[in-house]
Parts: sequence; structure tokens; C-alpha cells
Amino acid sequence: MLDGIPLSANPWHHQGKGFSGASVTQLLQLFIYGLVLGSIYALGAIGVSLTFGILRFANFAHGDLMTLGAYFGLTFVGLGWPIGVSLIPAALATVLCAVGIDQLIYRRLRREAPVILLISSFGTALILRSLVQILWGPNNQVYRSGIQLPWRLGELRIKPDWVVILVGTALLVVALHLFLQRTRVGKAMRAMADNFELAKVTGIDTERIVLWTWAIGAALACAAGVFLGMDTRLHPTMGWRLLLPIFAAAILGGIGRPYGAIAGGVVIGLAEEFSTLVINPAYKTGVAFAILVLLLIFRPTGLLGSPGGGEV
Amino acid sequence: MLSYSIFFLVLVGIYGVLVLGLNIQWGYAGMFNIGVGAFFAVGAYASAIVTTPPSAEHLGGFHLPFWVGFAVAVAVAGGIAFLIGLITLKLRSDYLAIATIGIAEIISQILRNEGWLTNGVRGITRIPRPLRGWIPGQDTLLYLGLVLVILAVVYWATERAYRSPWGRVLRAIREDEPATMAAGKDVLQFRLQAFVLGSMLMGLAGALYAHFVNFISPEAFQPEFATFIVWVMLIAGGSGNNRGALLGALVIWGVWSGSEWLTNRLPPQWATRAGPLRILLIGVLLQVILLTRSQGLLPERPPKPVLSPSPSPQQNPAG
Repeated sequence: MLDGIPLSANPWHHQGKGFSGASVTQLLQLFIYGLVLGSIYALGAIGVSLTFGILRFANFAHGDLMTLGAYFGLTFVGLGWPIGVSLIPAALATVLCAVGIDQLIYRRLRREAPVILLISSFGTALILRSLVQILWGPNNQVYRSGIQLPWRLGELRIKPDWVVILVGTALLVVALHLFLQRTRVGKAMRAMADNFELAKVTGIDTERIVLWTWAIGAALACAAGVFLGMDTRLHPTMGWRLLLPIFAAAILGGIGRPYGAIAGGVVIGLAEEFSTLVINPAYKTGVAFAILVLLLIFRPTGLLGSPGGGEV
Repeated sequence: MLSYSIFFLVLVGIYGVLVLGLNIQWGYAGMFNIGVGAFFAVGAYASAIVTTPPSAEHLGGFHLPFWVGFAVAVAVAGGIAFLIGLITLKLRSDYLAIATIGIAEIISQILRNEGWLTNGVRGITRIPRPLRGWIPGQDTLLYLGLVLVILAVVYWATERAYRSPWGRVLRAIREDEPATMAAGKDVLQFRLQAFVLGSMLMGLAGALYAHFVNFISPEAFQPEFATFIVWVMLIAGGSGNNRGALLGALVIWGVWSGSEWLTNRLPPQWATRAGPLRILLIGVLLQVILLTRSQGLLPERPPKPVLSPSPSPQQNPAG
């Protein structure tokens, strides 16, 4: 499933030495890359958290939506556009796909049990992945060939792409914040994620909010996919493999809480990176899994969720 | 053609065992396991390690008879399911689904990275085919017989379980967990039993698969084939209905094999895209089933309640 994909883009893992054997520089190095990884998780987790909170189902196709977004980006990069510019049409295309899938399939299943939607989204995930394989091929691809020389700050090494990812994520998060706080749609969205029934009674046009939810989720998923592609490579399973940390982040932050999802993403990213001090990086997934299970058992509403509220 | 049919039926039989296992977990008890492929793989590797001749490349082989391999496969898959179940079965179904993705990923990483155990991506070769040489030249036919006998026993047992009080409690948990708990049933205990039992069948299917193909590597257990297709089989056939589960295995494996016939007719430059095209087809098929016939080909039919001494006047035909 992951042949040829580096398990981590951080080439400076100091595996197996333990915290005591790691220097301050190494810890700082892991911290910086943990933030980069966490940003990607955060962007993915926002969409998962919003669809979970507003549409009431765990969307298993979200990872593959990220993959699709990354490959749309590749197409525009192939036209000679810079990656930052390519992100815009790629995000639009991803939004169109997400809304299209919702109207074609999920809308007809809204009255069914949420778990039917979950199964359907599992099918959507496979459909998207096979489409990516058919349209763009099954092999690893990159946005830009050649090795990017890292900047050196003492012993610390920082790839310029990391800065782009961190700044890009920060800008998107600010934009999302303004959208959620300042616009009517954003406020309605928060209301629906907070208390679905109450929001419905107050006369919010729920179908319209559902479309906006897909649009926001898909645009951020596309950004996450493109950033992931910049950081490592593009591969048809790149998004699917991120599903677990993304869900862990969304649940950590409390379902339906976009700000919680951001925090959750950063926490999972940092935890995974620091775990490589003591375990083989191949088992990083185990860290997200462990956090998820412990959390669901001891605090199912999420660390930032209200202790009494939320669904269990 | 005859040998192809035998080959086809052996795989239908193996998938049949897998789907019956998933049916116990999802169809009976409503537990969402997306790690089917992981238990399938665990069974395959366990039996391979137990039955292959000694090798420096992986643990063992212990060169034991195939039935020991099968027993170990069932035991290891069940043991792992027990440990996982202890920590995850408190979760509601969608959270459990997410957790099982993690389990599948971790097991897949172990198969790839722990070379001393599994020989990593190079896989395990020379897995013996049971009953070889009993009837010269008819090894595959004989193996089909073995698979069908095992499938028949599994079907009989799961069908009994479905109709038993145990199966009734599982359905009650699926439909209304708080009410079942209020009725004094130990919900976690029942779910754990169903999870372990279903996973044991998946492990058994894995062993059957390993001894049929004689070579296994992590590539053989990608989620598309080992998990997704099993789910489509169960949904298409009718979750909760064992006959439906078997019909689903037959029909979907038929569609899958038939689609190979179609993709073989594509122009050569499309050859590398044949695999994804076939997955795409199965994915679309799943959506069509969910949209038009979400109960599956053979919807679930719980046994009629035993008549009480004073039968109520209005009978509910929907049951």
C-alpha cells in the first residue's frame, strides 16, 4: 500500500535513542516537522469535523478527497503555474467534486442511518482513488523534481517548503476564522454543528449549509493534499493513509468544532514526530491510534469538548 | 474452462468464509470492522509459518500438518481480536470503524517491517497445499472439496448461532443497545464474543487462502481486495442473512472476475489501468445497491418469534 513512499518526509529522524539521547537541536527539529505535519492534519481534520458535526456521519472519503485535490494541483502545476496559484483552481475543482458527490449520492441517503452513509463514503473513497489511478497513473509523482536544499540554522535544517506550508495553513485558518465569525453562513454552520435540532428550528436552510460545509471541507482538504504532496510525493493512497490521524485530530478537538480540530491536528502531528525518538517511524500510525482509543474511552467528547455535551 | 471454474469456486468459498465472519460482526451485532483484511492476513501468515518447511527467511517454518496450521490461524486471529476488542468495543460503531483502520494499518506495517517474522515485503513461499497427491492430477478439485466442506460447517454453525438465544441478544444489541443493557445482558461480553468469533473465521479464511495460492506477501492483503470487496459482498447479498452473504460472495466475485474479461479487451495502453477500473466498477456497484436496494439481494429474515401461549390477535407480517 505504501511502496516507495517515505514513511516520513523528515530525513532527520533519530529513531530509538530515547529522549535522554536526543539533543536540544534534535528535539527542535522534530518539533518543527511535527508542526508541519500537524498543519496538514489540521486542514484535513477541519473538514472531517464539520461533516461529522453537520452531516452526522464519518466521511471515510475525506482522505481521498485530499488525494484528488493534490492531483488537481499537479495538473495545474503541469501547465506551468506556480504551486501557490495552482492551489486556487485545484481547490475549486475539489469543491465541485465534493458537492457533486453529495448531490448525486449522499443527499439521497440523508434519511438513512448514518452508518449507511459511512459505508457509502467508504465506496466513494475507493471510487475516488481508482479515478486518480486511472487519470494520473499509479506511480509516485512530484510537483517539482530535484532536491530542495534546506536552510541551515546552526545544526537545524529547515526546508523552504515547510515555511510555505506553515504560512499557507496560518492564512487558511485565519480566513476560516473570519468566515465562521463574520458571515451569516459561517454562524449558521457553527450553530448547526453545535446543536443540530435547535439550528433547524430557528429556520436555518440546512441544505444550503450542507453545501457550504462540503465546500469548506473540500477546499481545505485540497490544500492539505497539495501541502502533503509538496512535503513528500503524490501517490494514490496518500490521503487514505492520513485518515486515521485526521479522525484522531477531529475527535481530539471535539466533533463539530473546527478550532478544536486545528489544535487536535497539531497535537497529533507533534506526538507522532516525537514518538520517533522511541519507536520505529513505521509504527507512527500507532501513536494516533493510541491517542484515539485512550481519548474515546476516557473523554469521548474530546479534550476541548464540553464534558457533558456532544454525542457519545 | 473446467479448471478455471474450480479455481473460481475455491475463491468464492474462501470469500464465503470471510463474509460469514463479517456477517457475525456487522450483520448480527452491528459492529463496523474495516480491518477485515488484517485478520485475513494474520490467519494466512500464522498458518504459513506453522506449515512451511524450516526457513532462515522468516520465523519457523515448523513443517506441521495443515490442520495444525488452520487451528493456529484461527487461534491467533481470535487472540488478536480479543485483545483489540477489549480496548475498542466500548466505542460506538462509527468510532469503532475508525479504530479498526488503525489496527489494519498497524498490522500491515508489522507484516512489512518485521522481517524476522514474515520476511517483510518478499513474503513467504512454499506454503504446502493440503491433500496433495491423494488423487493424482486433481489437487485443486480436492482442495475445492476441502474448502466447501469447511464452508458448509461454518455456514451451519453461524446459522445455528443466528437462531440461538445468543444471536437474538446480538440483534437486540444492534437494534437497541440501552434496552438490551436494561434487560440485564452484558452487552460488552456479547460484542466481544461476536467480534472474536467473526475474526476467527476471517483468520480461517486467511489460512485457506494461503494454502491455495502457496505464496503470500503484504501485497496480497491490500484493503481493496481483502476488506472492501468483502464489505460489498455482504451489503450486496444482504447483511444479517447468511444465505445472502454467500450469494453476495458468489455474485460479487463473479462480477469481479467478469470485469477482468472486460478489461482484457481494452487496448494495451490501458493495461495498467485495468485494476483501478475494476475497483471503480465495484465501488459504483456498491453505491447503486445502497441507493436502490440497501437491504441487499436477500434481506435479513429473523426467525419468527416462538408462539406464546396466547397469540396476539394482530400478527405483524413484517416481523
